[in-house]
Amino acid sequence: MTDIALRGVDGLKVDYLALVRRRRLYSALLLVLFVALIAGGFDLADSRNAGGFWSGLSQIFDFPVELVREAINKGAALPGNLWRYLPAMIETINIAAVSTLLGAVLAVFLSLLSTRGLARWPRLMPLFRRVMDTMRAIPEIVIALVLIFVLGGGPVPAMIAIAFHTAGALGKLFSEVNENADLKPIEGLSSVGASWFQRMWLGVLPQVMPNYLSYALLRFEINVRASAILGFVGAGGIGAELRVAISWGTGRYDAAAAIFLLLFLTIVAIDQLSSHVRNRLVGGH
Amino acid sequence: MTTLDAGFDLAAAKRDAERRAFRKRMLTFGIPAAVLAYLVYVAIAFDIAGLAARARMDNARILLADMVSHKVHVTRDNRFDKTTVAIEGENKGTYADDQWPAWVVREGASTVVALEAGNVVRFDPDAVRFDIPDYGVLEIVQNRTGITMTMPAGATPEWINASSSRVTVTRPEGRLTVTKTRAEVFRYFGGWELFFFTLDSPFHGKDWAQLAALAVSGERVRAGESNLAAMASDVWNNAMWRHKDVAWAIFETVLMAFLGTMGAAILAVPLAFAAAKNFAPAFPVRFGMRRVFDFLRGVDGLIWTIILSRAFGPGPLTGSLAILFTDTGTFGKLFSEALENVDRKQIDGLRSTGANVVQRNRFGVIPQLAPVIVSQVLYYLESNMRSATVIGAIVGGGIGLLLTQAIQTQKDWEEVTYYIVLTLMMVSATDMLSGWLRSKLIGGR
Repeated sequence: MTDIALRGVDGLKVDYLALVRRRRLYSALLLVLFVALIAGGFDLADSRNAGGFWSGLSQIFDFPVELVREAINKGAALPGNLWRYLPAMIETINIAAVSTLLGAVLAVFLSLLSTRGLARWPRLMPLFRRVMDTMRAIPEIVIALVLIFVLGGGPVPAMIAIAFHTAGALGKLFSEVNENADLKPIEGLSSVGASWFQRMWLGVLPQVMPNYLSYALLRFEINVRASAILGFVGAGGIGAELRVAISWGTGRYDAAAAIFLLLFLTIVAIDQLSSHVRNRLVGGH
Repeated sequence: MTTLDAGFDLAAAKRDAERRAFRKRMLTFGIPAAVLAYLVYVAIAFDIAGLAARARMDNARILLADMVSHKVHVTRDNRFDKTTVAIEGENKGTYADDQWPAWVVREGASTVVALEAGNVVRFDPDAVRFDIPDYGVLEIVQNRTGITMTMPAGATPEWINASSSRVTVTRPEGRLTVTKTRAEVFRYFGGWELFFFTLDSPFHGKDWAQLAALAVSGERVRAGESNLAAMASDVWNNAMWRHKDVAWAIFETVLMAFLGTMGAAILAVPLAFAAAKNFAPAFPVRFGMRRVFDFLRGVDGLIWTIILSRAFGPGPLTGSLAILFTDTGTFGKLFSEALENVDRKQIDGLRSTGANVVQRNRFGVIPQLAPVIVSQVLYYLESNMRSATVIGAIVGGGIGLLLTQAIQTQKDWEEVTYYIVLTLMMVSATDMLSGWLRSKLIGGR
């Protein structure tokens, strides 16, 4: 107060403007640093890349154009190719679906066990949380590659790898949902002597099911992409077919175009379907 | 008190209730039944039953054992008449001829390899002999035409795998492989050997105390270089564990994720304005922009990776761009949805003070959008750290490439373990960093 009284409103204004200027300076410095990081990063990435950015930029459409041209030239073969690769696409979707299903079931248990108020063993809550964190942190490709070595190629390693990651990722989201669950039904159930399993099954799950389903669908979308990409590094499904189709020399671009198309259509369809269902699930109440 | 409504039909209500209960019951049993049926179908489609036959449990054993141990190869090559002792059979781990470990002894023209528990392998000039306690001596003679093995009487044990051109004896104490021109025995040891210094380094074989003493004082081991610098350079340039390449690979992976995510966010913010209903009144622009986002997202990261690696070649730039393309679509969609939910009141308030378009957006919209941007960008940065690993495996850059190479050669599982540990550390570090940044920048949990 005395300060203001001594220096008046003008002094206050000067101080305020100095403060604003300093904040702006810091923001500007941060921005410059950020831009420098991005620019330097791209420059470094460019120098460590086999082909340069600018020379590559002019060729960026070469491959798609070649692909499309060959696909058009062999246009008659496209329906046949689509039909031929449909089983592989279905396998990829199956991998994603099963792993989402298994991962979600595991995630339900993990999340219930690590939510305050619901946990079966409250003391072990931190343990289950760490378990979920670890499952989430391990990249799918690591598990998939190791399992391919042990179990041989095919859909099972990819399925296990994705399910493992899904359990961790969904577990975290589910436990956030659980935190908002109403505890009264559970108290009611425990007052009549319900076991932990019955309390969860009858008291919690009906409340959280729509949100669970919504998150699981979102995860399914992500998992379809993941299972396609894992196929490319050795697991089965559409990714493996794509790898054969685009390999140098023996490349069959009409087949590759069909696979691209199939993958694109599937992803867009699942995307649309899941966002529609999710809107109905979560937006409905 | 009122009685039932005049139009209330008790029978109809009961029917209705029964129908509902029936539907509910069908649902409770129907959904699990459908899920079960699907799982059965998938189990058949994936040939789960045949999995046990295909699974290579011996591979799993090798993997687990190799993760925490290393093996030393003793190899006799008949063509050059030379015997070498090498850690993991690698050039850089080859012992000098006069510095063999104590368990490998030369006896005239023979080499005697002592394995644990009294097992002894002898590379004699006329034959390879494997003396196994409780079993007897295996005598394997190499000829130009093939291999003949003499073994103790009785059925061939399952740990011997013999043909006319190759004999493999797999014992817990070691493994012997004999072909027409080569004889090789592995002995297993715990730990990761040569992790810091290779055999050609003067610091090899010294314990921590000796190293510390050398680092602070003592004569220069290598002229013109302090001991500490020499140690650092020997570790950094370790040819077996390739710490330098691994560090670069980790850095490349982080770089891919960082550039891809940040680049996508920078591109997506202005594009999101063009796709939001309340900021882009022109329908064609909005519609076009949204389809662009859908296209970028729909053409999966896998396809982008392949297309881009054809143009840019393998490397981190290609990986960054692949992430950038996919995530521009995702961010565009998320940010434009956030923009459509922006509170108009703040913008109207700014308008009432005479703020122009730029000022209205800067002070009215961005502060509302910033938490969404920050939390989404951080979340995707974390998730892209994992994507960059797998994208790296495809485009040929970063830790993903090293990991796939190491796994596909099926040889050095301790290196695979090393890479996996580093990848996990990288992902967890990003996880923690992004959590910390999120709480700093937008507060709350």
